[in-house]
Amino acid sequence: MFGKLSLEAVPYHEPIIMGAIGFIILGGLAMAAALTYFRKWGYLWKEWLTSVDHKRLGVMYIIVAMVMLLRGFADAVMMRSQQAIANGANEGYLPPHHYDQIFTAHGVIMIFFMAMPFMIGLMNIVVPLQIGARDVAFPFLNSLSFWLFFAGVVLVNLSLGLGEFAKTGWLAYPPLSGIKYSPGVGVDYYIWALQISGIGTLLTGVNFFVTILKMRAPGMSLMKMPIFTWTILVTAVLIMAAFPILTATLGLLTLDRYLEMHFFTNDLGGNMMMYVNLIWAWGHPEVYILILPAFGIFSEVTATFCSKRLFGYTSMVYATAAIGFLSFIVWLHHFFTMGAGGNVNAFFGIATMVISIPTGVKIFNWLFTMYQGRVRFTTPILWTLGFLVTFSIGGMTGVLLAVPGADFVLHNSLFLIAHFHNVIIGGVVFGYLAGFTYWFPKAFGFTLNERLGKCAFWCWLVGFYFAFMPLYVLGFMGMTRRLNHYDNPEWQAYLIVAAIGAGIIALGIGFQLLQIVVSVMQRHKNRDVTGDPWGARTLEWSMSSPPPFYNFAHTPVVKERDAFWDMKENKDAYHTPQGYQKIHMPKNTAAGLTISAFSLVIGFALIWHIWWLAIVGTVGCLISVIVRMFNDDIDYYVPAEEVERIESEHLKNIANQA
Amino acid sequence: MRKSNYTSFFKKLALLAGTAMLLSGCDAALMDPKGPIGEQQKTLIITAIVLMLIVVIPAIAMTFIFAWKYRASNKDATYSPNWSHSNKIEAVVWGIPCVIILVLAIITWKTSHSLDPFKPLDHEKAPLNVRVVALDWKWLFIYPEQQIATVNEVAFPVDRPVHFQITSDTVMNSFFIPRLGSQIYAMAGMETDLHLLASEPGDYHGFSAQYSGAGFSGMDFTAHAYSDDQFGSWVDRVKQSSKQLDQATYDQLAKPSEDAPVEYYSTVMPNLFASIIQKYMGGQSVGGNEGMHHQGAEE
Repeated sequence: MFGKLSLEAVPYHEPIIMGAIGFIILGGLAMAAALTYFRKWGYLWKEWLTSVDHKRLGVMYIIVAMVMLLRGFADAVMMRSQQAIANGANEGYLPPHHYDQIFTAHGVIMIFFMAMPFMIGLMNIVVPLQIGARDVAFPFLNSLSFWLFFAGVVLVNLSLGLGEFAKTGWLAYPPLSGIKYSPGVGVDYYIWALQISGIGTLLTGVNFFVTILKMRAPGMSLMKMPIFTWTILVTAVLIMAAFPILTATLGLLTLDRYLEMHFFTNDLGGNMMMYVNLIWAWGHPEVYILILPAFGIFSEVTATFCSKRLFGYTSMVYATAAIGFLSFIVWLHHFFTMGAGGNVNAFFGIATMVISIPTGVKIFNWLFTMYQGRVRFTTPILWTLGFLVTFSIGGMTGVLLAVPGADFVLHNSLFLIAHFHNVIIGGVVFGYLAGFTYWFPKAFGFTLNERLGKCAFWCWLVGFYFAFMPLYVLGFMGMTRRLNHYDNPEWQAYLIVAAIGAGIIALGIGFQLLQIVVSVMQRHKNRDVTGDPWGARTLEWSMSSPPPFYNFAHTPVVKERDAFWDMKENKDAYHTPQGYQKIHMPKNTAAGLTISAFSLVIGFALIWHIWWLAIVGTVGCLISVIVRMFNDDIDYYVPAEEVERIESEHLKNIANQA
Repeated sequence: MRKSNYTSFFKKLALLAGTAMLLSGCDAALMDPKGPIGEQQKTLIITAIVLMLIVVIPAIAMTFIFAWKYRASNKDATYSPNWSHSNKIEAVVWGIPCVIILVLAIITWKTSHSLDPFKPLDHEKAPLNVRVVALDWKWLFIYPEQQIATVNEVAFPVDRPVHFQITSDTVMNSFFIPRLGSQIYAMAGMETDLHLLASEPGDYHGFSAQYSGAGFSGMDFTAHAYSDDQFGSWVDRVKQSSKQLDQATYDQLAKPSEDAPVEYYSTVMPNLFASIIQKYMGGQSVGGNEGMHHQGAEE
């Protein structure tokens, strides 16, 4: 009846896990109670959960990303503290079967359920505004993408209290992830969480590709697009090209596990290296899917806070496109030690190094944007400066790892761990947090507390160096990754320093959360009345903060690259238009949520081999899709008077301010 | 602006601390290799880092200088809000990295071949053959010439090349002795080769550098680099062991066990290594008794 599922699937005997579950349940109950007490269920449902508004979806993505950051970071703290004590006879407090789940979950959560939604959230909030569009090309699809992603989040978190998560490392290499060596449900949770959320990501890629190509304001030719939009365009292409590989690879692994096929097993001619090749053919573009938008954010932030045009725009565009292309021909550098031979290794090594050329150009272009500018040391620019220094080091160690001869001794060592955290934290996380601070007033109508933002920045920066510089050294000392315990007193001191670093980063995260709370309390003081708190350059700052739900009352006409800066220079901003017209808008819908809820049922049923439930889920999913397809009541008009009322209020605010 | 003064101070401090730690790591395994392969890799790592510092140091320095000089409060600094292009600067920022990567690419091409783990070492002495099997979670070493086998301990003479032929009878592992240099994957149904040489006697730590499941952390071994005499007496010691590695013993050994003790086997059943590879070939016959060579070996 319930497949493999029984009450024994709950890990009652694990105090750490039960504590975490208790915390989640209490938090959920508190939230439900608050919603009931303040009578906000209806508001939540009508305005948020069923919303197809790109701004609201963007906010929801980022909220989920921040919650998952806490979960992924808790895993990191456990790993660092385990390794700090587990020397010699001391086996630490995490036995392998728990520790191995933790490092797998840490990687999976941080990449798929923290970094990806954070990036997608930012692009949701910003891109349509930056190109002068009403919404994305397919608003309903956008809502479906979010809820499919959310179904993946639910599955990953269910694995905490029901069964187990994969004990395979974040890419689940077979044959370890095959049914013979991983008979439990952990790998199945991994597969279905990634499959379901991966479909959401793929749909997002398609959606933004079409949005950017088809919905730009008149006059905005490709070479007049803001750089952030450019990076999202390339990211969308990478998503469309790379995510189908992930889907297919996990599909083959599923066939191995469920139908005893032999694509990647040891037996009957199956070849694990085929999986390793395929997963990295997705995995390497994936890291550029994460970093390119961060590059876009740094470009916007630097130009804005230096009050100066971005240096070398054309170079930036070509560099972005070149990185996007090259990211598909370097995947083998993740496993030079497979023994592919000198020619193959040299090709992939050199291709990898070539990426450092356009990346280096970008760094110098940001530097020359500061040159002869007026640098304002706000929180976003601090993140940018921290990035420039940190990422340069990370880039250097990356090129070193790209030399096959050097990789033969550095592969899988803590040097590698230090390298990719150096570029992911120093590049991706710093970038997203810069973007978060930068665009927060646009999304919510008030700026974030600067002092606490700076405290968060310094803790992250110092914490990063403490946590990861020792790991570089440990790599040279021959310490490999994923060790549960070790027998080497020389290593321990470095690992204790690294654990202290993790503690400092924890402070940074604490300040970040405190910043949000304090800023909400101070929102009246820090209200962004004009919609342009930073003296910025691109179209999203030409409208009120937060923007009206229909975005632009009149589609802007773009003449220059920095369209809004150009309007301000020519006194063309904030003028009262001749009149308003009614606006065509999509209606909110619960269809995305329903389809995803049934997808969640399918995923859960397949994980636990509850076949009847899988059929129920599939039928429910199909019916929801069909109902949505035959629903013609999906749009409405905002009357011109309503538009006029909202717009005049904003213009009045600006006039008062002036 | 006092605040930004602190800003750059703390950054410098962080950098200094980082450099100090890197320097203190200089007696580390990779920076103190005990064989020619590791020696070449050490040189390669240092060369590559120095080459890249040509770009990285100016980039980091410029970050501090530009941010400080063009701070908003410094009204004496030139302000050119519309200046955004310079062919000269573009030529430099594209050109210099291109040249450095070109140099690095040439080094990479050469070392990818000279350090290819499959490439036999150029040495007057004939190599010692050792066959390595990764098991859950221990290493089995088979000496085809000496007809002996050991678990979690391997020995070889100093100044004589060692030819490791490596496979796995479980999931993927990576065979690695950091003090001697390169690692290579151990994969079921496949054979990989690794040629190493120890130039100093000593006991070196070896382990799996690819996570392979619950007992992974304890999957390590000692590699003894002995003088010829010492190696001879070690072989004799192994030969005196009462244990013999026949099929039944092997099947028992192949079962998962954690932190497995060192074992000596005075004899080994013939063709054990080939049969371990063969059993994953799905009934396909493979030429010779070497099993399927991995791609690179054919070059």
